[in-house]
Amino acid sequence: MNATAFGERLKAGLWQDNPGLVQMLGLCPLLAVTTTFVNGFGLGIATLLVLGGSNVLVSATRRWIRTEIRIPIYVLIIASLVTCIELIFKAWFPTLDHSLGIFIPLIVTNCAIVARAEIFASKNPVGQSLADGIGMGAGFTLLLATLGFVRELIGSGSILSRMDLLFGGDPMRGLVLVDGGWLLAILPPGAFFALAILVAAKSVLDNRQRQKARDAGRAPGAATSAQGPTIS
Amino acid sequence: MDFERKEAPYRAPRAKVSSIMLQVLLALVPAALAHVWFFGPGFIFNFLVAAIFCVAGEAGMMRLRGRAPELALSDFSALVTAALLAFALPSLTPWWVTATGALFAVVVAKHLYGGLGFNIFNPAMAGYVMLLVAFPMYMNLWVAPRMGDIDYEYLTAFESLRYTLTGHLPDLVSFDAVSRATPLDAMKSGLNNARTTAEIQTLPIMGDFGGRGWEWIGNFTAVGGFWLLIQKIIRWQIPVGVGLGLLVPAGIMYLVEPGSHPGPGFHLFSGATILCAFFIATDPVSAATSPKGRLIYGIGIGFLIYAIRTWGAYADGVAFAVLLMNLAVPAIDYLTRPHIVGHYDAHKDPSPGVPTDKGS
Repeated sequence: MNATAFGERLKAGLWQDNPGLVQMLGLCPLLAVTTTFVNGFGLGIATLLVLGGSNVLVSATRRWIRTEIRIPIYVLIIASLVTCIELIFKAWFPTLDHSLGIFIPLIVTNCAIVARAEIFASKNPVGQSLADGIGMGAGFTLLLATLGFVRELIGSGSILSRMDLLFGGDPMRGLVLVDGGWLLAILPPGAFFALAILVAAKSVLDNRQRQKARDAGRAPGAATSAQGPTIS
Repeated sequence: MDFERKEAPYRAPRAKVSSIMLQVLLALVPAALAHVWFFGPGFIFNFLVAAIFCVAGEAGMMRLRGRAPELALSDFSALVTAALLAFALPSLTPWWVTATGALFAVVVAKHLYGGLGFNIFNPAMAGYVMLLVAFPMYMNLWVAPRMGDIDYEYLTAFESLRYTLTGHLPDLVSFDAVSRATPLDAMKSGLNNARTTAEIQTLPIMGDFGGRGWEWIGNFTAVGGFWLLIQKIIRWQIPVGVGLGLLVPAGIMYLVEPGSHPGPGFHLFSGATILCAFFIATDPVSAATSPKGRLIYGIGIGFLIYAIRTWGAYADGVAFAVLLMNLAVPAIDYLTRPHIVGHYDAHKDPSPGVPTDKGS
Protein backbone atom coordinates (compact mmCIF):
# COMPACT_ATOMS: atom_id res chain seq x y z
CA MET A 1 0.00 0.00 0.00
CA ASN A 2 1.38 3.37 -0.94
CA ALA A 3 1.24 6.69 0.80
CA THR A 4 -1.59 8.17 -1.29
CA ALA A 5 -3.93 5.29 -0.44
CA PHE A 6 -3.10 5.77 3.22
CA GLY A 7 -3.77 9.49 2.93
CA GLU A 8 -7.03 8.72 1.19
CA ARG A 9 -8.25 6.52 4.08
CA LEU A 10 -7.11 9.09 6.62
CA LYS A 11 -8.98 11.84 4.82
CA ALA A 12 -12.11 9.72 4.56
CA GLY A 13 -12.03 9.00 8.29
CA LEU A 14 -11.29 12.55 9.31
CA TRP A 15 -13.73 14.30 7.04
CA GLN A 16 -15.79 12.67 4.25
CA ASP A 17 -16.92 9.57 6.18
CA ASN A 18 -16.30 10.77 9.72
CA PRO A 19 -17.88 8.10 11.93
CA GLY A 20 -19.62 10.60 14.18
CA LEU A 21 -20.34 13.55 11.90
CA VAL A 22 -21.37 11.67 8.77
CA GLN A 23 -22.17 8.09 9.70
CA MET A 24 -23.69 9.11 13.06
CA LEU A 25 -22.21 6.04 14.72
CA GLY A 26 -21.04 5.67 18.30
CA LEU A 27 -23.18 8.58 19.47
CA CYS A 28 -23.69 7.19 22.97
CA PRO A 29 -20.11 7.62 24.24
CA LEU A 30 -19.77 10.67 22.00
CA LEU A 31 -22.60 12.45 23.78
CA ALA A 32 -21.99 11.04 27.25
CA VAL A 33 -18.33 11.74 27.96
CA THR A 34 -17.62 14.93 26.03
CA THR A 35 -18.17 17.26 28.96
CA THR A 36 -14.49 18.23 28.93
CA PHE A 37 -11.75 18.17 26.34
CA VAL A 38 -9.63 15.70 28.27
CA ASN A 39 -12.48 13.20 28.67
CA GLY A 40 -13.35 13.34 25.00
CA PHE A 41 -9.73 13.11 23.91
CA GLY A 42 -9.03 10.20 26.27
CA LEU A 43 -11.98 8.16 25.08
CA GLY A 44 -11.13 9.05 21.49
CA ILE A 45 -7.59 7.70 21.87
CA ALA A 46 -8.92 4.50 23.47
CA THR A 47 -11.36 4.06 20.59
CA LEU A 48 -8.63 4.78 18.06
CA LEU A 49 -6.39 2.05 19.52
CA VAL A 50 -9.22 -0.49 19.61
CA LEU A 51 -10.38 0.41 16.11
CA GLY A 52 -6.89 0.07 14.61
CA GLY A 53 -6.30 -3.26 16.35
CA SER A 54 -9.69 -4.72 15.55
CA ASN A 55 -9.44 -3.72 11.89
CA VAL A 56 -6.02 -5.42 11.60
CA LEU A 57 -7.15 -8.59 13.36
CA VAL A 58 -10.44 -8.87 11.47
CA SER A 59 -8.67 -8.24 8.18
CA ALA A 60 -5.93 -10.78 8.94
CA THR A 61 -8.41 -13.50 9.86
CA ARG A 62 -11.06 -12.63 7.28
CA ARG A 63 -10.36 -15.77 5.18
CA TRP A 64 -11.16 -18.11 8.07
CA ILE A 65 -14.15 -16.37 9.59
CA ARG A 66 -17.41 -18.05 8.58
CA THR A 67 -19.88 -15.39 7.43
CA GLU A 68 -22.69 -16.93 9.49
CA ILE A 69 -20.92 -16.27 12.78
CA ARG A 70 -18.83 -13.25 11.84
CA ILE A 71 -20.51 -10.76 14.16
CA PRO A 72 -19.90 -12.77 17.39
CA ILE A 73 -16.30 -13.22 16.31
CA TYR A 74 -15.88 -9.50 15.67
CA VAL A 75 -17.32 -8.83 19.10
CA LEU A 76 -14.90 -11.31 20.68
CA ILE A 77 -11.94 -9.68 18.94
CA ILE A 78 -13.10 -6.20 19.91
CA ALA A 79 -13.83 -7.26 23.49
CA SER A 80 -10.34 -8.73 23.89
CA LEU A 81 -8.80 -5.52 22.61
CA VAL A 82 -10.99 -3.39 24.85
CA THR A 83 -9.93 -5.46 27.83
CA CYS A 84 -6.29 -4.78 26.96
CA ILE A 85 -6.94 -1.06 26.56
CA GLU A 86 -8.90 -0.94 29.79
CA LEU A 87 -6.05 -2.57 31.69
CA ILE A 88 -3.55 -0.18 30.09
CA PHE A 89 -5.70 2.80 31.09
CA LYS A 90 -6.09 1.46 34.60
CA ALA A 91 -2.32 1.05 34.89
CA TRP A 92 -1.13 4.28 33.30
CA PHE A 93 -4.04 6.73 33.56
CA PRO A 94 -5.97 5.59 36.66
CA THR A 95 -7.65 8.96 37.21
CA LEU A 96 -8.72 9.25 33.57
CA ASP A 97 -10.04 5.69 33.74
CA HIS A 98 -12.00 6.64 36.82
CA SER A 99 -13.33 9.74 35.11
CA LEU A 100 -14.47 7.85 31.99
CA GLY A 101 -15.89 5.02 34.07
CA ILE A 102 -18.13 2.58 32.26
CA PHE A 103 -17.51 4.16 28.87
CA ILE A 104 -14.12 2.44 28.42
CA PRO A 105 -15.61 -1.09 28.68
CA LEU A 106 -18.55 0.14 26.61
CA ILE A 107 -16.24 0.69 23.63
CA VAL A 108 -17.10 -2.97 22.89
CA THR A 109 -20.58 -1.89 21.92
CA ASN A 110 -19.43 1.15 19.94
CA CYS A 111 -21.14 0.47 16.64
CA ALA A 112 -18.54 2.51 14.76
CA ILE A 113 -15.99 -0.27 15.44
CA VAL A 114 -18.24 -3.17 14.42
CA ALA A 115 -19.29 -1.15 11.38
CA ARG A 116 -15.68 -0.71 10.21
CA ALA A 117 -14.99 -4.43 10.76
CA GLU A 118 -18.08 -5.34 8.77
CA ILE A 119 -17.86 -2.72 6.03
CA PHE A 120 -14.13 -2.42 5.48
CA ALA A 121 -11.80 -4.76 7.34
CA SER A 122 -13.61 -7.97 6.34
CA LYS A 123 -13.16 -7.11 2.65
CA ASN A 124 -9.74 -5.46 2.45
CA PRO A 125 -6.11 -6.39 3.08
CA VAL A 126 -4.38 -5.73 6.38
CA GLY A 127 -2.50 -2.57 5.38
CA GLN A 128 -5.55 -0.78 4.09
CA SER A 129 -7.60 -1.92 7.07
CA LEU A 130 -5.02 -0.51 9.43
CA ALA A 131 -5.09 2.78 7.54
CA ASP A 132 -8.89 2.76 7.68
CA GLY A 133 -8.87 2.03 11.41
CA ILE A 134 -6.42 4.86 12.08
CA GLY A 135 -8.34 7.26 9.85
CA MET A 136 -11.74 6.48 11.36
CA GLY A 137 -10.31 6.45 14.87
CA ALA A 138 -8.63 9.78 14.29
CA GLY A 139 -11.87 11.20 12.92
CA PHE A 140 -13.76 9.97 15.97
CA THR A 141 -11.09 11.36 18.30
CA LEU A 142 -11.12 14.69 16.52
CA LEU A 143 -14.89 14.95 16.87
CA LEU A 144 -14.87 13.89 20.54
CA ALA A 145 -12.10 16.35 21.35
CA THR A 146 -13.83 19.19 19.47
CA LEU A 147 -17.16 18.51 21.17
CA GLY A 148 -15.44 18.28 24.54
CA PHE A 149 -13.58 21.53 23.93
CA VAL A 150 -16.69 23.44 22.87
CA ARG A 151 -18.92 22.07 25.63
CA GLU A 152 -16.28 22.70 28.28
CA LEU A 153 -15.77 26.25 27.04
CA ILE A 154 -19.48 27.07 27.07
CA GLY A 155 -20.61 24.93 29.97
CA SER A 156 -17.79 25.44 32.46
CA GLY A 157 -16.09 28.55 31.06
CA SER A 158 -12.68 26.88 31.01
CA ILE A 159 -10.21 25.58 28.43
CA LEU A 160 -8.22 22.33 28.78
CA SER A 161 -9.01 21.77 32.45
CA ARG A 162 -7.91 18.61 34.26
CA MET A 163 -5.13 17.82 31.78
CA ASP A 164 -3.46 16.07 34.73
CA LEU A 165 -5.74 13.11 33.95
CA LEU A 166 -3.52 12.51 30.92
CA PHE A 167 -0.16 13.78 32.11
CA GLY A 168 -0.32 13.10 35.84
CA GLY A 169 0.59 15.51 38.59
CA ASP A 170 -1.57 17.80 40.64
CA PRO A 171 -5.11 18.65 39.51
CA MET A 172 -4.95 21.47 36.94
CA ARG A 173 -7.77 23.91 36.47
CA GLY A 174 -6.76 24.80 32.95
CA LEU A 175 -7.41 28.25 31.59
CA VAL A 176 -10.45 29.53 33.46
CA LEU A 177 -12.17 32.29 31.51
CA VAL A 178 -15.31 32.62 33.63
CA ASP A 179 -16.30 30.87 36.78
CA GLY A 180 -19.23 28.66 35.87
CA GLY A 181 -20.87 28.73 32.48
CA TRP A 182 -24.05 27.94 30.70
CA LEU A 183 -25.10 24.75 32.46
CA LEU A 184 -27.08 23.50 29.50
CA ALA A 185 -23.93 22.85 27.45
CA ILE A 186 -22.60 20.17 29.77
CA LEU A 187 -25.99 18.49 30.23
CA PRO A 188 -27.13 15.78 27.79
CA PRO A 189 -29.33 18.14 25.70
CA GLY A 190 -26.32 20.39 25.22
CA ALA A 191 -24.43 17.46 23.71
CA PHE A 192 -27.14 16.98 21.11
CA PHE A 193 -27.22 20.69 20.30
CA ALA A 194 -23.43 20.89 20.02
CA LEU A 195 -23.27 17.83 17.77
CA ALA A 196 -26.08 19.17 15.59
CA ILE A 197 -24.26 22.48 15.21
CA LEU A 198 -21.04 20.68 14.24
CA VAL A 199 -22.91 18.56 11.67
CA ALA A 200 -24.53 21.70 10.26
CA ALA A 201 -21.15 23.47 10.14
CA LYS A 202 -19.69 20.56 8.19
CA SER A 203 -22.57 20.72 5.70
CA VAL A 204 -22.02 24.45 5.24
CA LEU A 205 -18.30 23.94 4.59
CA ASP A 206 -18.96 21.06 2.19
CA ASN A 207 -21.61 23.00 0.29
CA ARG A 208 -19.32 26.00 -0.01
CA GLN A 209 -16.52 23.77 -1.31
CA ARG A 210 -18.86 22.16 -3.82
CA GLN A 211 -20.16 25.53 -4.96
CA LYS A 212 -16.61 26.76 -5.45
CA ALA A 213 -15.72 23.67 -7.45
CA ARG A 214 -18.83 24.09 -9.58
CA ASP A 215 -18.06 27.74 -10.23
CA ALA A 216 -14.49 26.85 -11.14
CA GLY A 217 -15.76 24.14 -13.49
CA ARG A 218 -18.15 26.54 -15.16
CA ALA A 219 -15.67 29.38 -15.54
CA PRO A 220 -13.68 28.00 -18.52
CA GLY A 221 -16.84 28.30 -20.59
CA ALA A 222 -19.27 26.13 -22.48
CA ALA A 223 -16.52 24.39 -24.44
CA THR A 224 -15.57 22.17 -21.51
CA SER A 225 -19.12 21.49 -20.43
CA ALA A 226 -19.07 18.14 -22.21
CA GLN A 227 -16.92 16.66 -19.51
CA GLY A 228 -19.66 17.36 -17.00
CA PRO A 229 -19.34 18.51 -13.44
CA THR A 230 -15.89 18.03 -12.03
CA ILE A 231 -17.15 17.06 -8.62
CA SER A 232 -20.43 15.26 -8.22
CA MET B 1 -67.87 34.23 -23.38
CA ASP B 2 -64.93 34.26 -21.11
CA PHE B 3 -65.97 33.25 -17.62
CA GLU B 4 -63.66 33.93 -14.79
CA ARG B 5 -62.97 30.68 -13.01
CA LYS B 6 -62.72 30.64 -9.26
CA GLU B 7 -61.30 27.89 -7.15
CA ALA B 8 -62.54 26.82 -3.73
CA PRO B 9 -62.71 28.14 -1.06
CA TYR B 10 -65.19 30.69 -2.32
CA ARG B 11 -65.38 32.71 0.85
CA ALA B 12 -62.39 34.17 2.54
CA PRO B 13 -61.91 32.61 5.98
CA ARG B 14 -63.11 34.87 8.72
CA ALA B 15 -60.19 34.20 11.01
CA LYS B 16 -56.69 35.21 10.10
CA VAL B 17 -53.62 34.15 12.04
CA SER B 18 -52.99 37.72 13.12
CA SER B 19 -56.54 38.25 14.42
CA ILE B 20 -56.47 34.94 16.33
CA MET B 21 -53.14 35.74 17.92
CA LEU B 22 -54.32 39.24 18.79
CA GLN B 23 -57.42 37.83 20.51
CA VAL B 24 -55.26 35.35 22.44
CA LEU B 25 -53.13 38.28 23.59
CA LEU B 26 -56.24 40.22 24.61
CA ALA B 27 -57.58 37.22 26.51
CA LEU B 28 -54.35 37.10 28.48
CA VAL B 29 -54.75 40.70 29.70
CA PRO B 30 -56.89 39.92 32.81
CA ALA B 31 -54.44 37.24 33.91
CA ALA B 32 -51.52 39.59 33.28
CA LEU B 33 -53.11 42.33 35.39
CA ALA B 34 -53.74 39.85 38.20
CA HIS B 35 -50.16 38.64 37.90
CA VAL B 36 -48.83 42.20 38.19
CA TRP B 37 -51.12 42.89 41.15
CA PHE B 38 -49.99 39.85 43.13
CA PHE B 39 -46.37 39.42 42.05
CA GLY B 40 -45.30 42.94 41.19
CA PRO B 41 -44.31 44.69 37.98
CA GLY B 42 -41.57 42.16 37.18
CA PHE B 43 -43.99 40.44 34.83
CA ILE B 44 -44.15 43.54 32.63
CA PHE B 45 -40.36 43.75 32.39
CA ASN B 46 -40.13 40.05 31.62
CA PHE B 47 -42.74 40.40 28.92
CA LEU B 48 -40.99 43.40 27.37
CA VAL B 49 -37.62 41.64 27.31
CA ALA B 50 -39.17 38.44 25.94
CA ALA B 51 -41.13 40.38 23.32
CA ILE B 52 -38.07 42.31 22.12
CA PHE B 53 -35.98 39.16 21.77
CA CYS B 54 -38.78 37.04 20.30
CA VAL B 55 -39.50 39.65 17.64
CA ALA B 56 -35.80 40.22 16.95
CA GLY B 57 -35.20 36.47 16.74
CA GLU B 58 -38.15 36.07 14.40
CA ALA B 59 -36.98 38.89 12.14
CA GLY B 60 -33.42 37.59 12.12
CA MET B 61 -34.44 34.04 11.28
CA MET B 62 -36.80 35.18 8.50
CA ARG B 63 -33.95 37.20 7.01
CA LEU B 64 -31.57 34.24 7.26
CA ARG B 65 -34.14 32.03 5.59
CA GLY B 66 -34.55 34.53 2.79
CA ARG B 67 -38.16 35.51 3.56
CA ALA B 68 -39.70 38.88 4.20
CA PRO B 69 -39.53 39.56 7.95
CA GLU B 70 -42.74 41.62 7.82
CA LEU B 71 -44.73 38.45 7.06
CA ALA B 72 -43.78 36.77 10.29
CA LEU B 73 -43.88 39.89 12.41
CA SER B 74 -47.39 40.89 11.38
CA ASP B 75 -49.00 37.70 12.72
CA PHE B 76 -48.22 38.46 16.41
CA SER B 77 -47.32 34.83 17.09
CA ALA B 78 -43.94 35.92 18.47
CA LEU B 79 -45.75 38.15 20.96
CA VAL B 80 -47.95 35.26 22.12
CA THR B 81 -44.83 33.18 22.66
CA ALA B 82 -43.28 36.06 24.61
CA ALA B 83 -46.40 36.44 26.75
CA LEU B 84 -46.61 32.74 27.60
CA LEU B 85 -42.90 32.68 28.43
CA ALA B 86 -43.34 35.72 30.67
CA PHE B 87 -46.17 33.94 32.53
CA ALA B 88 -43.95 30.90 33.04
CA LEU B 89 -41.01 32.86 34.43
CA PRO B 90 -40.75 34.10 38.02
CA SER B 91 -41.43 37.81 38.19
CA LEU B 92 -37.81 38.43 39.25
CA THR B 93 -35.74 37.18 36.33
CA PRO B 94 -32.57 38.82 35.01
CA TRP B 95 -32.94 39.97 31.43
CA TRP B 96 -30.28 37.69 29.97
CA VAL B 97 -32.13 34.62 31.26
CA THR B 98 -35.39 35.77 29.69
CA ALA B 99 -33.58 36.68 26.48
CA THR B 100 -31.95 33.25 26.25
CA GLY B 101 -35.31 31.56 26.67
CA ALA B 102 -36.99 33.83 24.15
CA LEU B 103 -34.30 33.31 21.52
CA PHE B 104 -34.31 29.56 22.12
CA ALA B 105 -38.10 29.47 21.76
CA VAL B 106 -38.18 31.39 18.49
CA VAL B 107 -34.92 30.34 16.84
CA VAL B 108 -34.58 26.69 17.85
CA ALA B 109 -38.07 25.50 18.71
CA LYS B 110 -39.87 27.48 16.01
CA HIS B 111 -37.74 28.46 13.04
CA LEU B 112 -35.32 25.54 12.91
CA TYR B 113 -38.39 23.36 12.45
CA GLY B 114 -39.73 25.56 9.66
CA GLY B 115 -41.46 28.50 11.33
CA LEU B 116 -45.07 29.05 12.33
CA GLY B 117 -47.17 26.07 11.32
CA PHE B 118 -44.31 23.58 11.29
CA ASN B 119 -43.02 23.72 14.86
CA ILE B 120 -43.75 20.39 16.53
CA PHE B 121 -43.05 21.78 20.01
CA ASN B 122 -44.79 24.62 21.75
CA PRO B 123 -42.09 27.33 21.43
CA ALA B 124 -42.79 29.05 24.77
CA MET B 125 -42.68 25.79 26.69
CA ALA B 126 -39.52 24.67 24.89
CA GLY B 127 -37.88 27.94 25.86
CA TYR B 128 -39.06 27.60 29.46
CA VAL B 129 -37.85 24.00 29.77
CA MET B 130 -34.47 25.05 28.42
CA LEU B 131 -34.28 27.75 31.12
CA LEU B 132 -35.45 25.29 33.77
CA VAL B 133 -32.63 22.93 32.82
CA ALA B 134 -29.96 25.55 32.24
CA PHE B 135 -30.69 28.10 34.98
CA PRO B 136 -32.42 26.18 37.79
CA MET B 137 -31.48 28.73 40.46
CA TYR B 138 -33.15 31.64 38.65
CA MET B 139 -36.29 29.62 38.01
CA ASN B 140 -36.95 29.19 41.74
CA LEU B 141 -37.05 32.89 42.60
CA TRP B 142 -40.79 33.29 43.02
CA VAL B 143 -41.71 36.17 45.28
CA ALA B 144 -44.56 35.89 47.78
CA PRO B 145 -47.92 37.12 46.49
CA ARG B 146 -49.01 40.53 47.77
CA MET B 147 -51.86 39.64 50.12
CA GLY B 148 -51.43 42.28 52.79
CA ASP B 149 -50.63 40.09 55.75
CA ILE B 150 -47.86 37.83 54.46
CA ASP B 151 -44.69 39.10 56.04
CA TYR B 152 -42.13 39.80 53.40
CA GLU B 153 -39.99 42.45 51.80
CA TYR B 154 -41.74 44.18 48.89
CA LEU B 155 -39.70 45.49 46.00
CA THR B 156 -40.68 48.74 44.35
CA ALA B 157 -41.08 48.91 40.59
CA PHE B 158 -37.70 50.61 40.33
CA GLU B 159 -35.95 47.95 42.41
CA SER B 160 -37.65 45.25 40.41
CA LEU B 161 -36.52 46.85 37.14
CA ARG B 162 -33.03 47.18 38.51
CA TYR B 163 -32.97 43.46 39.32
CA THR B 164 -34.18 42.60 35.82
CA LEU B 165 -31.45 44.73 34.27
CA THR B 166 -28.52 43.92 36.54
CA GLY B 167 -29.40 40.78 38.50
CA HIS B 168 -28.68 42.58 41.78
CA LEU B 169 -31.14 43.01 44.61
CA PRO B 170 -31.05 46.26 46.61
CA ASP B 171 -28.47 46.39 49.38
CA LEU B 172 -29.43 44.71 52.65
CA VAL B 173 -32.13 42.68 50.94
CA SER B 174 -31.32 39.00 50.50
CA PHE B 175 -32.97 36.50 48.22
CA ASP B 176 -34.46 34.79 51.24
CA ALA B 177 -36.24 38.00 52.17
CA VAL B 178 -38.07 38.37 48.87
CA SER B 179 -38.51 34.84 47.61
CA ARG B 180 -40.99 32.30 48.88
CA ALA B 181 -41.63 28.68 48.04
CA THR B 182 -44.51 28.35 45.59
CA PRO B 183 -47.52 26.41 46.88
CA LEU B 184 -46.49 23.41 44.78
CA ASP B 185 -42.94 23.58 46.16
CA ALA B 186 -44.25 23.87 49.69
CA MET B 187 -46.59 20.93 49.17
CA LYS B 188 -43.85 18.78 47.68
CA SER B 189 -41.23 19.49 50.34
CA GLY B 190 -43.86 19.21 53.09
CA LEU B 191 -44.96 15.80 51.90
CA ASN B 192 -41.33 14.73 51.59
CA ASN B 193 -40.88 15.70 55.24
CA ALA B 194 -43.73 13.39 56.23
CA ARG B 195 -46.27 16.13 56.92
CA THR B 196 -49.91 15.71 56.01
CA THR B 197 -51.69 17.79 53.41
CA ALA B 198 -53.92 19.26 56.11
CA GLU B 199 -50.87 20.55 57.99
CA ILE B 200 -49.35 21.99 54.83
CA GLN B 201 -52.63 23.72 53.93
CA THR B 202 -52.42 25.73 57.15
CA LEU B 203 -49.25 27.51 55.96
CA PRO B 204 -49.77 31.25 55.46
CA ILE B 205 -49.08 30.98 51.71
CA MET B 206 -51.95 28.53 51.19
CA GLY B 207 -55.42 29.72 50.34
CA ASP B 208 -58.78 27.98 50.08
CA PHE B 209 -57.67 25.52 47.42
CA GLY B 210 -54.25 26.38 46.04
CA GLY B 211 -51.85 29.14 46.97
CA ARG B 212 -53.10 32.57 47.97
CA GLY B 213 -52.93 34.92 45.05
CA TRP B 214 -52.32 32.04 42.66
CA GLU B 215 -55.99 31.13 42.91
CA TRP B 216 -57.00 34.61 41.79
CA ILE B 217 -54.58 34.58 38.89
CA GLY B 218 -56.15 31.26 37.94
CA ASN B 219 -59.62 32.79 38.03
CA PHE B 220 -58.62 35.70 35.81
CA THR B 221 -56.86 33.33 33.44
CA ALA B 222 -60.05 31.30 33.21
CA VAL B 223 -62.01 34.47 32.35
CA GLY B 224 -59.80 34.98 29.31
CA GLY B 225 -60.00 31.30 28.51
CA PHE B 226 -63.79 31.23 28.52
CA TRP B 227 -63.83 34.28 26.29
CA LEU B 228 -61.62 32.42 23.81
CA LEU B 229 -64.05 29.48 23.99
CA ILE B 230 -67.00 31.77 23.26
CA GLN B 231 -65.07 33.34 20.38
CA LYS B 232 -64.48 29.79 19.08
CA ILE B 233 -60.75 30.38 18.93
CA ILE B 234 -60.16 27.32 21.04
CA ARG B 235 -62.40 24.27 21.27
CA TRP B 236 -63.67 22.71 24.49
CA GLN B 237 -61.86 19.38 24.10
CA ILE B 238 -58.36 20.38 25.21
CA PRO B 239 -59.33 22.37 28.36
CA VAL B 240 -61.80 19.65 29.36
CA GLY B 241 -59.23 16.96 28.61
CA VAL B 242 -56.54 18.64 30.70
CA GLY B 243 -59.04 19.00 33.53
CA LEU B 244 -60.14 15.39 33.33
CA GLY B 245 -56.62 14.01 33.03
CA LEU B 246 -55.45 15.98 36.05
CA LEU B 247 -58.48 16.07 38.33
CA VAL B 248 -59.74 12.49 37.99
CA PRO B 249 -56.51 10.84 39.20
CA ALA B 250 -56.09 13.61 41.78
CA GLY B 251 -59.63 13.01 43.02
CA ILE B 252 -59.19 9.23 43.21
CA MET B 253 -55.90 9.50 45.07
CA TYR B 254 -57.38 12.12 47.39
CA LEU B 255 -60.30 9.85 48.25
CA VAL B 256 -57.99 6.90 48.85
CA GLU B 257 -55.29 8.68 50.82
CA PRO B 258 -56.19 12.29 51.69
CA GLY B 259 -53.26 12.71 54.07
CA SER B 260 -50.55 12.40 51.48
CA HIS B 261 -52.33 13.51 48.31
CA PRO B 262 -53.61 17.06 47.87
CA GLY B 263 -57.12 17.27 46.50
CA PRO B 264 -58.24 18.16 42.99
CA GLY B 265 -58.89 21.75 44.02
CA PHE B 266 -55.27 22.22 44.98
CA HIS B 267 -54.08 20.80 41.68
CA LEU B 268 -56.51 22.94 39.68
CA PHE B 269 -55.58 26.21 41.40
CA SER B 270 -51.83 25.64 41.69
CA GLY B 271 -49.04 26.30 39.29
CA ALA B 272 -49.94 26.77 35.66
CA THR B 273 -52.87 24.33 35.38
CA ILE B 274 -55.48 26.80 34.17
CA LEU B 275 -53.06 28.71 31.96
CA CYS B 276 -52.03 25.39 30.44
CA ALA B 277 -55.59 24.20 29.86
CA PHE B 278 -56.72 27.35 28.05
CA PHE B 279 -53.62 28.93 26.55
CA ILE B 280 -50.59 26.62 26.43
CA ALA B 281 -52.02 23.26 25.46
CA THR B 282 -54.36 24.87 22.92
CA ASP B 283 -51.55 26.19 20.70
CA PRO B 284 -53.09 25.50 17.28
CA VAL B 285 -49.83 24.40 15.67
CA SER B 286 -48.42 21.93 18.14
CA ALA B 287 -51.70 20.47 19.47
CA ALA B 288 -53.68 17.58 18.02
CA THR B 289 -56.21 18.62 15.38
CA SER B 290 -59.04 16.07 15.25
CA PRO B 291 -61.81 16.49 17.86
CA LYS B 292 -61.22 13.09 19.46
CA GLY B 293 -57.48 13.61 19.20
CA ARG B 294 -57.73 16.91 21.07
CA LEU B 295 -59.50 15.20 23.93
CA ILE B 296 -56.85 12.47 24.11
CA TYR B 297 -54.09 15.08 23.86
CA GLY B 298 -55.63 17.10 26.70
CA ILE B 299 -56.12 14.06 28.92
CA GLY B 300 -52.52 13.02 28.28
CA ILE B 301 -51.24 16.44 29.30
CA GLY B 302 -53.42 16.48 32.41
CA PHE B 303 -52.32 13.05 33.51
CA LEU B 304 -48.64 13.81 32.87
CA ILE B 305 -48.95 17.00 34.95
CA TYR B 306 -50.39 14.92 37.78
CA ALA B 307 -47.71 12.26 37.41
CA ILE B 308 -44.84 14.77 37.41
CA ARG B 309 -46.26 16.73 40.36
CA THR B 310 -46.88 13.59 42.38
CA TRP B 311 -43.97 11.32 41.55
CA GLY B 312 -41.51 13.56 39.72
CA ALA B 313 -38.59 15.64 40.87
CA TYR B 314 -40.04 18.96 39.66
CA ALA B 315 -42.78 20.74 41.57
CA ASP B 316 -44.82 21.55 38.46
CA GLY B 317 -44.86 19.56 35.26
CA VAL B 318 -46.88 21.64 32.81
CA ALA B 319 -44.02 22.41 30.43
CA PHE B 320 -42.71 18.85 30.36
CA ALA B 321 -46.20 17.42 29.97
CA VAL B 322 -46.96 19.71 27.02
CA LEU B 323 -43.66 18.92 25.27
CA LEU B 324 -44.10 15.17 25.78
CA MET B 325 -47.62 15.24 24.38
CA ASN B 326 -46.41 17.41 21.47
CA LEU B 327 -44.25 14.44 20.56
CA ALA B 328 -47.31 12.18 20.61
CA VAL B 329 -49.39 14.47 18.39
CA PRO B 330 -48.53 12.87 15.02
CA ALA B 331 -49.53 9.44 16.35
CA ILE B 332 -52.73 10.82 17.94
CA ASP B 333 -53.72 12.62 14.76
CA TYR B 334 -53.05 9.53 12.67
CA LEU B 335 -55.07 7.23 14.92
CA THR B 336 -58.04 9.57 15.36
CA ARG B 337 -58.67 10.69 11.80
CA PRO B 338 -62.34 11.65 11.64
CA HIS B 339 -64.74 9.45 9.75
CA ILE B 340 -65.40 10.67 6.23
CA VAL B 341 -69.02 10.45 5.18
CA GLY B 342 -69.51 7.73 2.57
CA HIS B 343 -66.24 6.03 3.28
CA TYR B 344 -65.74 2.74 5.00
CA ASP B 345 -63.62 2.64 8.09
CA ALA B 346 -60.34 1.65 6.55
CA HIS B 347 -59.07 0.10 9.77
CA LYS B 348 -62.02 -2.15 10.53
CA ASP B 349 -63.55 -2.85 7.16
CA PRO B 350 -61.06 -2.57 4.31
CA SER B 351 -63.00 -2.56 1.10
CA PRO B 352 -61.56 -2.62 -2.39
CA GLY B 353 -63.18 0.69 -3.23
CA VAL B 354 -61.37 2.58 -0.51
CA PRO B 355 -57.64 3.09 -0.76
CA THR B 356 -56.07 1.90 2.45
CA ASP B 357 -52.68 2.95 3.66
CA LYS B 358 -51.18 -0.44 2.96
CA GLY B 359 -52.71 -0.74 -0.47
CA SER B 360 -51.69 2.59 -1.92
